[in-house]
Amino acid sequence: MTRNDSLEQALAAGSGDLAHAAADAAARFAELAAAKGEAEVTYAQVDSPFGTTSVAATGSGVVAVGLPNRALDDFLDELAATVSPRIVEAPGALDEVRRELDQYFNGRREAFELKLDWQLVPGGFYRKVLRATARLPFGVTATYGEIAGKAGNPRAHRAAGTALGSNPLPIVVPCHRIVRSGGDPGNYGGGPDLKRRLLVLEGALSES
Amino acid sequence: MAAVAHHEPFQTFLNAHSAAVLGFLRGIVGPADADDCFQETFMAAMRAYESLDGANPRSWVMAIARNKAIDHHRARARRPLPKAELPERAAPTEDRPDPELWGAVAGLPDKQRTAVALRFAADLRFREIGQTMGISEAAARRNVHEGLRKLRESVKMEVT
Repeated sequence: MTRNDSLEQALAAGSGDLAHAAADAAARFAELAAAKGEAEVTYAQVDSPFGTTSVAATGSGVVAVGLPNRALDDFLDELAATVSPRIVEAPGALDEVRRELDQYFNGRREAFELKLDWQLVPGGFYRKVLRATARLPFGVTATYGEIAGKAGNPRAHRAAGTALGSNPLPIVVPCHRIVRSGGDPGNYGGGPDLKRRLLVLEGALSES
Repeated sequence: MAAVAHHEPFQTFLNAHSAAVLGFLRGIVGPADADDCFQETFMAAMRAYESLDGANPRSWVMAIARNKAIDHHRARARRPLPKAELPERAAPTEDRPDPELWGAVAGLPDKQRTAVALRFAADLRFREIGQTMGISEAAARRNVHEGLRKLRESVKMEVT
């Protein structure tokens, strides 16, 4: 009995570093799959003064940004369902994206030079609203009515609000720059407090 | 890509099975070659991710790992080594907890070796071992027990 147990225990005693070695091997696999284009979506997490932000890209560009209030699992599950389940964590493949976000969050970058993948934005008016939003410069705000006008329909401020509320690319498509006509920042997917802090970061709102 | 939309993100799958796959491969091809087989296993799994479709993910990925290990053994058999470099046994090294014991495992018949590695190095249940190897749960159990019996014999022989 003890003899049987000891044989089975000796077989089951994985080398002590198995968990670490497996994590290393998995990380190497993820970067390799990204570099070879076998992974259809890559993602990474970026620390910021506002919390941890997630960012995902396809071969065409950045496809989604998850603000700090978004759980990583939700973010990935939605990408798996809407873009592709071939998703790996490959910070190396997202080096430039991570650098630009980090610079922005720390007040050292005003404009992004990233390619964007618009596949998660429905066509038509929604896309026009978000494209117009993407052209708003750092520190400049517009009202919902104004952005609706830039998108070709000044009366559609409500639809513009809906389009902005479903923005899959917050920060890089700066929907936080769209505010209420009374001057109140208004709603934000990442929470009204984050919207306020981003506007303060950009000097569009004074700290209060 | 709609056909695979119900699958979990590949990273989640990778995290869930990487230790079991690496543990199994270390047992079956040795630590030196386990990493290459690991990379090939998950690359094949990613390409074939649709075909997971409802199967037990652990058994599914282990079956791929087993095929990669078989490919590896075949490639090694085809590649003649200079006599001086021929290893006495299948590459036991200090990375493995008990090189002598796993050297003995390497000497088992294929099915028993695979079943023992799946049971102990990858911690699979008999049902999953059966699914991985395409045999019944009872046959998986028999292969593990027969493998253990032979190991006990060979360990005893080495002691005396």
